[in-house]
This record gives sequence, C-alpha cells and structure tokens, in this order.
Amino acid sequence: MKKIDLSKYGIIFAWIMLVIVFSVFEPAFLKSSNIFNILRQVSIVGVCSVGMTFVILTGGMDLSVGSVIGMSTVAGALLLSNGIPIPLVFVLILLMGAAAGLFNGFFINEVGIAPIIMTLGTMTALRGVAFLLCGGFPVYGIPESFLMIGQGYLGVVPVPVILMVIVFGVGYVLLNKLPFGRSVYGIGGNTEAARLSGVNVKAVLYKVYILAGVLYALAGLILMARVNSGQAKSGEGYEMDVITGCVLGGISISGGEGRITGVVIGVLLMGTLSNGMVLMDVSEYWQKVVKGLVLILAVTLDKLVQRRQSVKA
Amino acid sequence: MEKHILELKNIKKVFPGVCALDGVSLAFRPGEIHAIAGENGAGKSTFIKIITGAIQPTEGQIFFEGEEICSNSPIVSMKHGITAIYQEFNLFPSLTAAENIFFGRIPKKNGMVDYRKMYQDAEVLLKQLGVSISAQARVSSLSVGYQQIIEIARAVSCHAKVLIMDEPSAPLTDNETRRLFEIVERLKKDGITIIYISHRMEEIFRLCDRVSVFRDGKYIRTMEVKDTSADELIQIMVNRELGEQYPKKEYQRGKKVLEIRGLNTALLKDIHLEAYEGEILGLAGLVGAGRTEIARALFGADRIKSGVFLIDGEEVSIHKTMDAIRAGIGLIPEDRKRQGVFLRESIRHNISFAHFKGIMKGPFLSEKLDAKAASSYIESLGIKTPSAEQTAGNLSGGNQQKVVLAKWLFTDSRILIFDEPTRGIDVGAKQEIYRLMLELIDRGKVVIMISSEMPELIGMADRIVVLHEGQISGTLEKDAFTQENIMTLASGMPLQTGSEEEH
Repeated sequence: MKKIDLSKYGIIFAWIMLVIVFSVFEPAFLKSSNIFNILRQVSIVGVCSVGMTFVILTGGMDLSVGSVIGMSTVAGALLLSNGIPIPLVFVLILLMGAAAGLFNGFFINEVGIAPIIMTLGTMTALRGVAFLLCGGFPVYGIPESFLMIGQGYLGVVPVPVILMVIVFGVGYVLLNKLPFGRSVYGIGGNTEAARLSGVNVKAVLYKVYILAGVLYALAGLILMARVNSGQAKSGEGYEMDVITGCVLGGISISGGEGRITGVVIGVLLMGTLSNGMVLMDVSEYWQKVVKGLVLILAVTLDKLVQRRQSVKA
Repeated sequence: MEKHILELKNIKKVFPGVCALDGVSLAFRPGEIHAIAGENGAGKSTFIKIITGAIQPTEGQIFFEGEEICSNSPIVSMKHGITAIYQEFNLFPSLTAAENIFFGRIPKKNGMVDYRKMYQDAEVLLKQLGVSISAQARVSSLSVGYQQIIEIARAVSCHAKVLIMDEPSAPLTDNETRRLFEIVERLKKDGITIIYISHRMEEIFRLCDRVSVFRDGKYIRTMEVKDTSADELIQIMVNRELGEQYPKKEYQRGKKVLEIRGLNTALLKDIHLEAYEGEILGLAGLVGAGRTEIARALFGADRIKSGVFLIDGEEVSIHKTMDAIRAGIGLIPEDRKRQGVFLRESIRHNISFAHFKGIMKGPFLSEKLDAKAASSYIESLGIKTPSAEQTAGNLSGGNQQKVVLAKWLFTDSRILIFDEPTRGIDVGAKQEIYRLMLELIDRGKVVIMISSEMPELIGMADRIVVLHEGQISGTLEKDAFTQENIMTLASGMPLQTGSEEEH
C-alpha cells in the first residue's frame, strides 16, 4: 500500500527536485516574473490537457489537438480581421472545435476506428484545413481588445493563467462531482461493466471528444491572442506536450485511472523543464531528446505500477 | 494384456483449493473412437490438458505406446503424435489454408518458401479428407466448419496418432456435423485414435466405440457404446449425493411479476417465460444453450429480433440496459471480472455506479452519501473489507459478487438475474450467496438463477426451465427435479415421465 502512495506523490517530488536543480544552476529561475512566465507558458498546454485527460481516461487518445489549435487560430483571426464581433467569434470557434470532436467521436463510435488512428487522420486533415483557410500566410488584424485573453493581466496574474485555472476547475468538478465523471472512469476501467450498469457508452464518448475539441479551440484562441496573429503552423507538436503532461500526471494510458490534480503537476513539470532548459541555454535539439525521454520514463513508471498491482490482484 | 496406444495411470491434479482430477486411470486402444462424457466441471478439460501437456499432473504417469512420457509438454506430446483440437481454434485467420496446415513446417527450396509444393501437398491432404477447400483460401474467409477441417488437416499432416476433439460439433450446423462425422470415421480407418469429448448423447451413440464417464473429477467407468443406452449414461454421469449444502426454505409462489413472450434472437427461438414474486426460477442447459442469452436480452444488453416483456402485466420496452434498470431489473453477470466489477475502483464507487441519483446532493455527487450507502450494504451483505474505499480488485470472488449484488440492490431492482453466481468462489462464500438469494425472495424480489451446476439448481430453484439449442425443452416443477430429468431435457431428448409442462 505504501509503495503505491509513493508513486502517487512521486510526480510532486520529481517536480520539486527539478525546481531545486534549476534554481541552483540558474538564479533567475525562481524570480516571480519567471514563475508567472512558466505558468503563462503552460496555460495553453494546460487547457488542452484537461480535454486530453477525459479522452485518455475513457481509454482513448487524441492526436488532433495541435491541428485543432492551428485551425482555430487561423479561422479566429480571419473572422476577427473581417470585423465579426468578438463574442460571436468565440462562439463560432468553440463550435468549430466541438465539430472536430464530434467528427472524431462519430468514427470512433459508429465505425469503430481505434482513437489513435482516427485522430491521426484528423490531425493531418485539419492541419491541411488550417493551411487552406489562410493560404499558408499569417493572418493579422486582430482587434486590440481581443489580445487581452492572451497578453493581459488581472492584477499580477496573466489572463491565460486564470483561464487555465478555470478550465482545470471545471474539469475537476466534471470528473469528481458529477455522474458524468464516474461514467468516464467506469468506461475506461471496464467498458462492458459500465454498459451493463446502464451507462450509454457512446453518448459519453461523444461528449468527451466534443469537450476536448472545445478546449483545444479555446487554447487556439488564447494562443492567437498571445502571438497576435493566426498561423496555420501554430500548435504543431502540442500533442506531445499535452499527452506527456497527462501521463506524467498519472493518467493511465489504458484508461480508468488517474486524477486531474496530478495532471496539473504533470503540465507544470513539463513547463518547468522547458523553461529551465531555455534559461540554461540547452539547445533546442537536446530539449527534444529530454522531453521524449521524460515521456518514455513516465510510461515506464506507469507500467511498473500496473504490474505490481496485477501481481497483487 | 491388450495393447494400448495411450495409457494414463492414477492421474491426480490439484488446483489451489480444488481437486480437479482424482486418481484417474484410463487407457485408449489404437484406432478407436473413445468418447469422454461428463457434466460441466467433471474434469474433462483438465484431463485433455494433461494428455497434451498443457498442464502438469500433480501425480500420475502417462504411457504412450508402452513407454512413459516424462516431463510432458505440448511440444513433447506433439512429437509423439498427440494433437488436440480445442473449441477455440488455433488458426491464423489472415493466412491461407495451406500456410495454416504447414505452419512451422513450411516446405522450403533454396531457403525460400516452396509455395508450389506447399499448395500441392495441402490440396492432396484436403482431398484425402474428402473436402473441396482451395489450399490458397484465406482461413478468415472459411466457415467455422471448414476452419475445423483445416485444424484436422494440420493434425493429420503432423502424422497424428491420437487426435483429441473437444466438443467438435458445438459450433457446427447439421450438415457440417455430418461431414465432420465422415471425416472422423475416415481417420479411424487410417488407424488414428480419436478421443471425442461430447455432451451430446446422439453423437456418442452414432460415432463412438467406447465411452468413459467422469464425474466430479473422478473417473467412473468405461463402457462399450453398444452395451449401454443414453438413459444409463446420463444416470451414471449425474448420479451423486446431494448434501445439506443448500439452506432450507418454503416455496410460496406470489403474484406473477415477469413474463417474456415470443422472444427471438440470433440464437433463441420463441422463448416464453414467467417468473413470480418470491420464487427462484432456475435456467438450466448446456453451455451455449441460450441461458445467458435470455438474461442479456431481458437486460437490454443484446439486440432482439422480436419478443415482448411484461412486468406486472404491463408491457415494458427494453432496448438498452438503462431501460431494463429503470424497469427494476439487475444482472449479476457470469464473467464477474470482465462484466461485473470495476476492479480498479473502490467498493463504494462500484456500488453507486448504476444509481448516481441516490447519492446526489443538489447538482453534485456527495461522497458522504456514497460512503453511507456503501457502508450499509457492506454491513447488510456481509462484505468482508476493511473499508468502503478498498479497491474492488483486492476482494475475494465471493465478496466481489456481493458488491455487484449491492449495486443492484441500491438501484432497488425487483428482478435479479444471477448468471453463474457461484462460479469460481469458494464453498463458504457460495453458501452466503445462497442465503442472500433466499433473503431476497423473502423481501418479495424475483430471482432468476442461471447455473451449470445441477445440484445447485436443484437445491435452490423453485422451478427449472431447461434450454436446448436456443429453445425451451421443458419446465420442471419441484417434484420432478432430478439431475437425470435436467440432463435429458438439456440434451434435447423428451422426458419419459409425464412431469414436463408443455409450452
């Protein structure tokens, strides 16, 4: 029992260790400006990771995250630069994200395509859509007032950070306080038992993929406001950071296990790692090597814990 | 002394807690078709696995052509020419018939696969068996019957001397079965010994030379088929003392609660059923006869072709499991680990999983109400656990079963379907489950009990409906409860006495 508890909190120890190491080697690391910097940097990945958490908890996978972000920044920038009112743009872009999720959910549910393959398809196709929308050129002309959600502050706290906190809060409530969350865990843990307990498995999966799509679109809007343009390439490679954040946070890739509070730490750990490596002038190439290895390490730990549990059972 | 091709002496196999085979000695003559008969759980499968070396006996010796086989394994037994065809085929669906037949022994020429020789050899072999399957056909495109023949062809090509077939006719149509019999007889003419496991009396009498009966892990006796009858065989298969392991009770049939009219599914044909308040209705039949299918259809888990469900005389439409749960039905499924419990969730999450409404406080789930509900069931059902937070995977089988039951009690189900409720749980826990079932009917619930263990059905049920190949072959009232009657109906034969109710 004690060992499993250790693995639950292991991620926090790992994160604290990382913070200590970076602050020893790089005094600028612990400055409050840098801490908010880290938080702001992780906010987009953080918002996406909530959606991904739901997907992985059901035993699924969603690689389309980066492409939905790219499509949202381009479409959002186009709409805004053509003078469409901000609230309407918000609604339209979130609906677009929902549509992407519905599309994934439809083929996963009704055709039975494995989620990883289905979303590999949408990842490529939606990236193509993003490029088609703008012809490959950055879209400018975003009204000043919109940039707030990417660049603004509420007091000392960056707005994206506040949005991330809200999204994590909503995710926490959905997963822990509402029947929906129990169904999500149930489906990931034992689909057949969930079905035989009256859960409408398809309906839950639809909702999960749609929710994920909406959150990716929201992340796209934040990113667009931050870089003040819509770019078809934006969000590329985000699936790596988002999935790693979830897995580091203890979300079991086989579904049904893991807490969203762990994902908060997982995402922070990835952000801290990136930020620290940049401060320490680690080359971009080495950063990729480290991030990739961290993902493998996290999954290895997950497997080891599972093996120990199955030996017990 | 007569010459035996295969002889087993004093085989004993003990699994943790169970003695699956107890001192079995049996010898097979060359070129005979030898049936092994017995109820579910009599030890037939364990016996086969010991012959093929898939499991090791705790005690005993195996002799092949007079020589002892030491340290048996599937590879060793295959080298001696012993092959088994299990109910689950060991085929590669995406490979061709010929590749499957010669898998692991594919003919080569200059280090490359000699396709021409492989396909020619396979064609010859299939022709010998009297079937016209193309050697180049993909196995996945073949019917179950032909797939089985591919398995047989593989065995023959390995120069099998002993071929074990486990319920080979179970998945086959009548025509396929007839063809199978022709092939088996042809193999016999070629001097191959066939060990034929079957439940079906007519097959044993049509095909086999001798029959050996197993009961409760013990070898009972071997007879020449021509010297016995189906009735005698059934009598020997089931004859045993019913102990005092079932709690006593009085049967008071209440009002009719459930009625199923004209239920048809892919397997079931025109099922009519009634269940009454305060009774335990038993569903008997061989594996695959359609018992679980009735439960799943009633529970909205499988699609039905036609049929009407009535509860308290009113028609209820059940298309999905939620409809059944709302109608007050709960299913404790046969495969507890795959279909019943959430092994990685806590006991309390398991119990409230089908009834979130019961633990809501305003718009949110209340952990407190959840824990309260769980602890009341932990107490009333006697679930042995340190706390409601315990992961269900850490519980014993009997306690997991109680957790699943608690889930349905929490939804306030009136009709509880127990599918093989005591499979894989120990004797003490079995008795607790029986006691709980009686408590349930005392509280006016309807219990439907599916079981392969006939003594359990006889001990617990108030009425038993027996199924055979998707149809009800008879209903037994308490005074007609005998294992012989159940087995006769389950084999699809009519009862000789007049205790059968017509439907």
